[in-house]
Amino acid sequence: MPLIEIKNLTKTYVEGDTETTVLNGVSFEVEKGEFVAIMGPSGSGKSTLLHMIGLLDEPTSGEYKFDGKKGSSFDELAVSKLRNGKFGFIFQSFNLLPKTTVLENVKLPLLYSDVPRSEWDKKALAAIELVGLSHRINHESNELSGGEKQRVAIARALVNDPEIIFADEPTGNLDSKTGKIIMDFIQKLNDEEGHTVMLITHETVTAEHAKRIIRIKDGEIVSDEPVKNRRKATDEYEK
Amino acid sequence: MTFKEYLQTSVSALKRNRSRSVLTILGIVIGILSIILVMSLGKGAQELILSQFSGFGTKSVIVVPGRQFEGPSLKGVDSLKDRDLDSLRNKGNVPHGETVIPMVFGSDVASFESETFKVSVYGASVDLPKVFDIQAEEGSFYTDEDVKGSASVVLIGSKVNEELFPNGNSLGKRIKVKNRSFKVIGILPSKGASSLINFDDGVVMPYTTAQNYITGTKYFDRLLVDVDIEENLDQTVEDVTRTIRDNHNITDPEKDDFQIVNQADLLDTFGTVTTALTYFLVAVAAISLLVGGIGIMNIMLVSVTERTREIGLRKAVGATTRNILMQFLVESVVLTLVGGIVGIICGAVLSFIVYLIIHAMLPALGWKFIFPIGGAFLGIGVSSAIGLIFGVYPARQAAKKSPIEALRYE
Repeated sequence: MPLIEIKNLTKTYVEGDTETTVLNGVSFEVEKGEFVAIMGPSGSGKSTLLHMIGLLDEPTSGEYKFDGKKGSSFDELAVSKLRNGKFGFIFQSFNLLPKTTVLENVKLPLLYSDVPRSEWDKKALAAIELVGLSHRINHESNELSGGEKQRVAIARALVNDPEIIFADEPTGNLDSKTGKIIMDFIQKLNDEEGHTVMLITHETVTAEHAKRIIRIKDGEIVSDEPVKNRRKATDEYEK
Repeated sequence: MTFKEYLQTSVSALKRNRSRSVLTILGIVIGILSIILVMSLGKGAQELILSQFSGFGTKSVIVVPGRQFEGPSLKGVDSLKDRDLDSLRNKGNVPHGETVIPMVFGSDVASFESETFKVSVYGASVDLPKVFDIQAEEGSFYTDEDVKGSASVVLIGSKVNEELFPNGNSLGKRIKVKNRSFKVIGILPSKGASSLINFDDGVVMPYTTAQNYITGTKYFDRLLVDVDIEENLDQTVEDVTRTIRDNHNITDPEKDDFQIVNQADLLDTFGTVTTALTYFLVAVAAISLLVGGIGIMNIMLVSVTERTREIGLRKAVGATTRNILMQFLVESVVLTLVGGIVGIICGAVLSFIVYLIIHAMLPALGWKFIFPIGGAFLGIGVSSAIGLIFGVYPARQAAKKSPIEALRYE
């Protein structure tokens, strides 16, 4: 059974008299353990697609199944539980809490989880170690560089050991070298930790770090194929 | 999430916006501070007024000469005479009257050698100290013999003592009032203005003496009837009224040539007036609290807009609508509650300072510092209520935000 199943998904925004179709009959499946990049120019609907898969937004029509269950069958509490325990989000603009330490930022999802309080520090510290920021746990988010901020965001996404990680232009606000470090982490999450990853990007270079690329344009899928020459971020930034 | 976690989340969110939080709290602080200050001063004033009656007791019935609608007058009304005094003293007429004190009022210039001072003259029976708290500080009170014989003796108030005898040693000296010489047999303690009658600049003498030599009349300006126990007050008011009406052959109450002032009623009236005044001022202060509350709502709404991304993020990592609603509500209540507590402390400190100032400027007043404990509880209750009421709308606005709208917000 595929982890994610999408059939004929559409999304239409109505503003006044004008109707804008952002997604128009999108269908695909994602298996557990895949690393899929969704690629397209800005305005192609790729972010909207990711938001719907991440249950942050609802489709206008079509069917979405996560782990065999219909997306429309989840109530608010179930959606919150999924976002909290099964999904991990990484955003272009990091979205860390300002003036808050690295540790507290990483602990944020635990606040809304069923994980007992006594395990919070242990889990958060393990996630921080994974992104190599153990030496900065007590630094406030404002004191960090862009790359460090994104690594904190990755640690935050990992803290509840999610089934799938959604990364929305994770390197968009970073220089190319830092971007490669981040991509290296994301590849490791897929290759070594076994997390399913869905990545959104408009750059081919970034997309080629994935194992499969779905290209969309004007709300429709134009191609869906595996990556032939997969880039390894580790090799690149060490060169 | 547990309440403790909400509290921690809210406190750290408020700390992140320290200056905004402080400014918001300020509005509540001022509101609660005003309430505490007004209540403290109101209670102080009430206590002050009530203390003027203490020693005068709530067991006294005062008979004032003159018709009800002509208003009480100190002079010129000659309806209360010896006969009324005797009838009131008769237990058959007024069974619960312990003592009946006739009083005569006058005023004249008193002199000793080259010193002169305008004094109030109070003529009374020997029982005066039973009703007013004025035992002679030095010397002694006059006796029944003095009253019977219209003896030329006086007790002088502390102010009179200072003015006429700058060098002291007043006891036993003879002062002149209205060209008659009176022997000083006692000095009254200083009571300041904190007594219904200011004995400080007065002299007290037997009422017979005052009638014969000062006023030159045969009637009384007051008859005070002291009741055995407070419960019998109403009965005694009836008894006194009936007795005097009988004496004066009055059948129509409209034609009463005297009136009864009931001490307890007077006390009630004063109490009611000061309480009403206090609550009026509290109501005024409450308006500033309302403004503070609207301020809270305003700032919370700004805060919700400013923290749109934070709300989106929290939802994206698993916060439910309820989690967000509670967080913002708790933030609002924490703000107002802290404001309330700070306001109570500031209000208490400020009322204490006012007390110190009043005490320094008018020590004779005997102003007391009273911390309104009820007001403090009211303040805490009101401020948390304001936090809840004015926090609901912003919190709902926050909770309603969709995570993507929130995350897109720049």
